[in-house]
Amino acid sequence: MATEKNTPTQQQRPISPFMIGPYYKPQFSSILSIAHRASGVFLSIFGSLILIYWLFGLSRGPVAFQQVMNNLTSIPGMLLLAMLCFAIYYHFFNGLRHLIWDTGRMLEIDQANRSAIVVLICSAGATLVTLAIAGGLL
Amino acid sequence: MNMRHPLANARGLGSAKSGTSHWWGQRVTALLLIPLVIWMLYVVIVYANQPYQVLQVFFSHSYNSILAILLILAMLRHAQLGMQVVIEDYVHSQPLETILQLLVKLCALTGAITGVLAVVRLALQG
Repeated sequence: MATEKNTPTQQQRPISPFMIGPYYKPQFSSILSIAHRASGVFLSIFGSLILIYWLFGLSRGPVAFQQVMNNLTSIPGMLLLAMLCFAIYYHFFNGLRHLIWDTGRMLEIDQANRSAIVVLICSAGATLVTLAIAGGLL
Repeated sequence: MNMRHPLANARGLGSAKSGTSHWWGQRVTALLLIPLVIWMLYVVIVYANQPYQVLQVFFSHSYNSILAILLILAMLRHAQLGMQVVIEDYVHSQPLETILQLLVKLCALTGAITGVLAVVRLALQG
């Protein structure tokens, strides 16, 4: 009804996105979705920063580059790199899942749940392999 | 014919008719980033522990410089578009949102300039 338009209840309706909070029960798909965003924000800030820091250090010469490598191979540096490693693989594989969805495929609930497991296995596996290579080289 | 209520027009909220280009830009940069990120992971894994000179020679090849610049630009555009949606969704204070959106764009632009400058400098050293 038109008269309901400006009632207080309408003003208090949840603002999108309302998947977090009292309206929705946490689900496998929604957790992965928010993890895609969280990893995206993390990569936007720290992934970009580290990549540009590394390239800039490299461009400034051997002394500056050695300083960059010392910082990156310190304990906090390696911890950050390991987190970036998982974030990038997760965002990469889950991003592929999103791109497949964008073509209208794999949208059934059981397909989405299965592709979610594939994404988690792939990103965990790729992270372990990468860290093993990095550890073996050190 | 304009089907919108005059009050809606006056409030100026709702679609700004730029949603499609944003959506499309996010997907196009995502597609571009698939090969570029694989290349970057290859470079990081294979060259991470190589001495400075090896990396300098690597980035002195123009095709590596071109890929690095493409990666930086696609990555930062993708990041900016993504951060924009996150801020739109979770920051409900209008002044703070505007400040954050501009700050994200400034950071992406500064990052792009810094990264491209570094790659160009490396290319010219070779």
